[in-house]
Formats: sequence, structure tokens, C-alpha cells
Amino acid sequence: MTAIPTAESLAGEHHDADHHDVAPLRKTAMWVFLGSECILFGAMIATFLLYRSTTADGPTAQELFKIPFTSASSFVLLMSSLTMVLAHNAFERKDMRRARIFLLGTALLGATFLAGQIFEFTDFVHEGLTPQVSPFGSSFYMLTGFHGAHVFIGVMLLTAMYVLSLSGRLYEDRGLNVELVGLYWHFVDIVWIVIFTVVYLLQV
Amino acid sequence: MATSAHPTPRFYWTVALVLAVVTGAEIAVGVMEVFASVKVAGLLVLSGLKFAAVVAFFMHLRFDKPLYRSLFLIGLFGAIPIFVVFLLTFEALI
Repeated sequence: MTAIPTAESLAGEHHDADHHDVAPLRKTAMWVFLGSECILFGAMIATFLLYRSTTADGPTAQELFKIPFTSASSFVLLMSSLTMVLAHNAFERKDMRRARIFLLGTALLGATFLAGQIFEFTDFVHEGLTPQVSPFGSSFYMLTGFHGAHVFIGVMLLTAMYVLSLSGRLYEDRGLNVELVGLYWHFVDIVWIVIFTVVYLLQV
Repeated sequence: MATSAHPTPRFYWTVALVLAVVTGAEIAVGVMEVFASVKVAGLLVLSGLKFAAVVAFFMHLRFDKPLYRSLFLIGLFGAIPIFVVFLLTFEALI
């Protein structure tokens, strides 16, 4: 007996067809976005390099930066890229349980990095580095704060994916959603690779 | 979408291990008492290696469509000369 298609199933098929049609477009759009973000972060890194020595009466990078602590934070973010790619890999293999664990792990590692950044900012403010005290302070907080905002958005996206997967709404044929969030997350990681070297290691 | 098969989890763990080792080397170079030019060059090379590894393997640009690689590289290599010239103008390059 042939099953009669319902309005819901037809709508679903139509939606799936749409999804596959626009998939390359969505991925292309994500790469265009990431390319443009290179220019945005490049502008902020260049501004930091321009003002890195203009500390006025405020503390200098050498007096403030605690490399062991920032190294640990950097390592946490780097490892979150590993858990993200493992989540995507598990999703492609339709291993939803493992994908869910790695998604949650990535969100937690991202949240740990953010907690470290909040701790570091609080410490710097107590040491006298505020955004108002010097051009060095302004450009430092602008760059690292903007990166932190990107991490926060990433953690929100990962949490949303995790919640969707728990409620069974992160479908196995929608791997592109996980891939796009993954691309965004890895980008946040590579920006930090540059910031850690240029802003921290090269200034101490 | 991908032009070739994606690697296995074991491969990703290996890449992560290499990244961890390079990060350790970076920190060691960062705190070493060496000539400033050697330090800058060393750190930039190590940082570049990490950047390239994440982009190539974790972001799958090594295995994906050349179009995506081009789009990203246009942004990346478009930004670098603009800001190098900007910093040279103000004599603020490292």
C-alpha cells in the first residue's frame, strides 16, 4: 500500500530540497564572512602595534602580562578546536552521542577561556590598566575584548546546538550547521594564535 | 561538498599533539634571552605553523573546494599588506 503524502511530509521534503540547494551558498557566505573578519582583526592588531608603546602614566605590557597564565588559556582554546573538529567528525559519522559530548566539551572549554579572560582583565584593572588610561590600554582592551565577544557568541552557538541535539532537533542530515559553527569556532582560535604571539609573547 | 574524504579522529589527535608541542616551543622562545630579531622571527614562524595547521586540517581547507581557500586567502593576504604599509607609514612596525 502506497503511503499518502501529508502536507507535513511534503513541506518537509520541500524544506530538505531547499536545504541542499543552498548548502554550498551558505558555506561560501561563511568563508566570505571569515575573509572579511581577517581584515577587521587585522585593523585592530595593527592599531595595537601602533599604540603598544604609548602607555602614558599607565602600566606597560612587561609589567602586566603573565605569560604562564595566558599560555594556559591559549592551550585551552587550542584544545577546543580539537573537540570541535571531533564533534563535526562524529556528526558526519552519525554518532550523535559522541557529537553531543564533543559539542558540550567545546562550549565548556570556550567558557573556561572566557573565565580566564575576565580574571585577567580584572587583574589588569587592579594593576591600573583601564581603557581610559592610555592608548595602549584602549587598543589592548578593544582587540582582546572584541575577540572575547566572538568567543562568547561561539559558546552561545555551541550551547544552542547542544540543546537542539538533546531535544532531537539537530538532525543527522543537517551536518552543515555543525560545520558552519565549527568554521566560526576555528577562526576564533586562529585569531587568538595571532593575538597570543603578537600582543603577548612579542611584548614581554 | 568536500573534494576528498575527511581524515579520521586519530589524525585530528595527531594534529592537536603537534599544535601542543609547537605552543610549548613558542612559549620557550618567548621567554628565552636571545636577540630580538631571532625571537621575533622564531615566534612568527611558529605562530604561522599553528595558524596554517588549524586552517588546513581543522577547517578542512586542505580537503575542501578551492573556492573556499581563495575566498579566505583574499581576506588574509589582502589584510596583511594593507596593515604592513599602515604600520610602516607610522614607523611602528616591530
